[in-house]
Amino acid sequence: MTHISVNVDGTTYEDEVEPRLLLAHYLRDRLGLTGTPIGCDTSNCGACTVDLDGTSVKSCSVLAVQADGCAVTTVQGLAKDGEWTALQRAFHEQHGLQCGYCTPGMIMAARDLLRENPRPEADEVRQALEGNLCRCTGYQNIVRAVLAASGPPAHQAAEEVTA
Amino acid sequence: MTDQAVEREVGRRRLRKEDARLITGQTNWTDNIQVAGLLHMAILRSPMAHARVTRVDVSPALDYPNVVAAFSGADLAEGLGSLPCAWPVTEDIVLPGHPPVAVDEVRYAGDPVAVVVARDRYAAADALEAIEVDYDPLPPVLDLEAALAEGSPLVHTDKGTNRCYTWPLATGDSFAAVRDRAEVTLKRRYHQQRLIPNAMEPRAVVVTPIAASGEYTVYSATQIPHILRIMLSTVTGIPEHKLRVIAPDVGGGFGSKLQVYGEEALALAIARRLGRPVKWTESRSEGALATHHGRGMIQDVEIAATREGGLLGLKVDLLADMGAYLMLVTPGIPILGAFMYPGIYKMDAYEFTCTGVFTTRTPTDAYRGAGRPEATFAIERIMDELAAELGLDPVELRRRNWIRHEEFPYTSIAGLTYDSGNYEAATDKALALFGYDDLRAEQHRRNERGDPVRLGIGVSTYTEMCGLAPSRVLRDLRYGAGGWEAASIRMLPTGKVEVVTGTSPHGQGHETCWSQIAADVLGVPFEDVEVVHGDTRAAPQGMDTYGSRSLAVGGEAVHRAAKTVVEKARKIAAHLLEASEQDLEFSDGAFSVKGSPEARRTIQEIAFETFTNHDLPDGVEPTINAEHVVDPENFSYPHGTHLCSVEVDTETGRTRIRSYVCVDDVGRVVNPMIVEGQVHGGLAQGIAQALYEEAVYDDDGNLLSGTLADYLVPSAADLPDFVTDRTETPAVSNALGVKGVGEAGTIASTPAVVNAVVDALRPLGVRDVRMPCSPHRVWQAIQEARSGTAGGTGGTGPAQSGQSGQAARSGELGQYGRPGEEGWA
Repeated sequence: MTHISVNVDGTTYEDEVEPRLLLAHYLRDRLGLTGTPIGCDTSNCGACTVDLDGTSVKSCSVLAVQADGCAVTTVQGLAKDGEWTALQRAFHEQHGLQCGYCTPGMIMAARDLLRENPRPEADEVRQALEGNLCRCTGYQNIVRAVLAASGPPAHQAAEEVTA
Repeated sequence: MTDQAVEREVGRRRLRKEDARLITGQTNWTDNIQVAGLLHMAILRSPMAHARVTRVDVSPALDYPNVVAAFSGADLAEGLGSLPCAWPVTEDIVLPGHPPVAVDEVRYAGDPVAVVVARDRYAAADALEAIEVDYDPLPPVLDLEAALAEGSPLVHTDKGTNRCYTWPLATGDSFAAVRDRAEVTLKRRYHQQRLIPNAMEPRAVVVTPIAASGEYTVYSATQIPHILRIMLSTVTGIPEHKLRVIAPDVGGGFGSKLQVYGEEALALAIARRLGRPVKWTESRSEGALATHHGRGMIQDVEIAATREGGLLGLKVDLLADMGAYLMLVTPGIPILGAFMYPGIYKMDAYEFTCTGVFTTRTPTDAYRGAGRPEATFAIERIMDELAAELGLDPVELRRRNWIRHEEFPYTSIAGLTYDSGNYEAATDKALALFGYDDLRAEQHRRNERGDPVRLGIGVSTYTEMCGLAPSRVLRDLRYGAGGWEAASIRMLPTGKVEVVTGTSPHGQGHETCWSQIAADVLGVPFEDVEVVHGDTRAAPQGMDTYGSRSLAVGGEAVHRAAKTVVEKARKIAAHLLEASEQDLEFSDGAFSVKGSPEARRTIQEIAFETFTNHDLPDGVEPTINAEHVVDPENFSYPHGTHLCSVEVDTETGRTRIRSYVCVDDVGRVVNPMIVEGQVHGGLAQGIAQALYEEAVYDDDGNLLSGTLADYLVPSAADLPDFVTDRTETPAVSNALGVKGVGEAGTIASTPAVVNAVVDALRPLGVRDVRMPCSPHRVWQAIQEARSGTAGGTGGTGPAQSGQSGQAARSGELGQYGRPGEEGWA
């Protein structure tokens, strides 16, 4: 057993864990933070995406011990005082989810994209979300949601400036 | 309670009630459930497709830390029956037993052989490796045709055959007769590859027992809590009234959770035996083996027509891969398609035969569309081939044969009565949105200049039977239950409304749509309605969700139950307003007395006064709650026209979808946002079959594409933006006028895409590309066409062999040039 100290969604947890315990299972089974689901065992689906010290990671591919001393943000830590983030609102308003199983991971991955590229084009959104699979939506409304949550795309913004 | 909803809810783009918990991570997936003392189950599965199991020793697993119990198939056999098949499609069908854990023989790679129960999931998985199993290999059975041949190894030795059943249908004139008088006949072979459904939420089950009273609650990621309850009772012998089944939040199904799985029965049986709660959650790669697959058919299709393109008849011979066992509706899936091969077309003769074949692979069963995508693929592919043979535009060929809008209701050659539709309107709208003529012109230019990146245009029309199902039809098809759906409406004392539905949503948005339907009929605010579902104690009666049935049957039940609430409220309103029932009007959620509108009571007030009233007249029941069970009088028949353009790089074989337009007619629309979402998702799955997905097996029967790294579920980067639109021809077989939309996109898109790929390559002599049309398959088809050996990869059998070189030359001549003569009779 290894001692870890991890801040998850603003709370610091101290735990003894098996070195092989996946972060996803630590969050779900030990902390009861079941907002982060697990969708595969090969890190292809992205359902378990969380933010680890400012970078989005697939929590099924990170060991809990690797998160020692880190800050983890999950989908459960996004809303503040019941106020949804722009991405959460956009997923709702653009019907960017159906069964919702991929949604936490999609939102966390999209959040990472918008941090790096606040005004992506539709194609850039599609490329950036390549590691997150959805079986319900066909992605179109997910792309719409991410675009709605971002500013206008770069080329439009430029046109606005020149106009 | 005074201001009532006046804006109509049905037809409105209501944002979903379901979303709040899903986007904040407060969802209740089955795997989220933690209870005190929970044990985790892990399953040892056969690594071989077919073998005799000569020894299973689970005892070494018991020495592992935190292991509570371990069982072989023999250990569990007592008190655990065979898993059920509810659809024995013929009287003489071969129905093999299906133990949840194999006892003496394994019949597919993934067949369970032993079970470990431990205190956590890691411990359970660890202990599996200690179990000792001796296998005596048997030959795998993988080829559908070889499996039927004399002397083939058998999947079920005691049955003496791999033939599960043969189900024939012949309607209209004899096909042989119309073939004799036909000027053109074409014969093609199409392969429906096996698909792995891959709902994003893996399957999971949790059973919590109260051992002392023999009561059990089963939480399962299922589409069918009601059917599951009955079946688990049968399999385990636990009386139905001691079983409660809950489908908590369920993360997609697409048919894969329309099932009674061995793991559900095992968790229940082991919870009973140990008196402890048990959980099992499959991993994705375990699910690839253990969750049923879809499709898996060989289709021999023959079409007969006049030289002007008038269809005379259609003959379909189907071999359907059952897999190793018959699961809940395995044999019935191809039969659901049997009625859809004629599609939207008129013809004089139709013959269909399906032979179900056992193989040593994962069982097949329902996957989005279930028989109907396969049927639509076959007719729409061969219609394109016929158009090419006749030198006709594929849209024009379809136009010459489809049922015209003034001909509805129309009894199809397969015997279905299509209640309504307007194929002309949907097609014209789609052609305009697509820019069909411009794209054809561009295609022509590119072909002429020999552009290495070819443009292809694919057309598909479709109709489907959905709203499963009229019980009388199910009787005729030998299905094991009726096709009704139940709803009840509870008017709470404060005027809030609970709609209790027998449907069991897993992404479809029933909570939102049923609220819209009820709010309109009752005249109450949308926000005042709550939908209760997926718990056999809270919603005791239901036939669950699959087959695009929920709205047309379940929504209709909600509608009728709400109407009954209004009628019951009318009696109490008459008492309260001291008027006769005939003198009352009901609008915007309130009863008023004709001529004196100030005397009024809202239905929400009546709910309260029904609760508090002390002096209702004799004979007036003190409730306005109501329930209704609907048995649909007919299926509903959505239809539409889908158009796809692709660019195929002839040097790399890569296909890129350039544009995709669909115009669907799903009848009246309750929520256009949800309908559009259903279409998008359906398109993605249909395109996935056309271009990306396949369950690949090696010669020994091992699944090679058993993870999401190997099985190509498309990502956002692999799919285009879709242009979706609708026409609206209300169904006349239900009061709401609704049809169904869950499967439409999947049904139409697969042939639209493959038709586009073949259309792009037809000038090169390619006549077919076997799905999925991967770069490798496309490239190979081009090489074979060039070298004059077309046929292998294309997979169209004899019809494609021969004169492809000539085909290529003649194909280059014109826009719809004939690619050769070899298909002529």
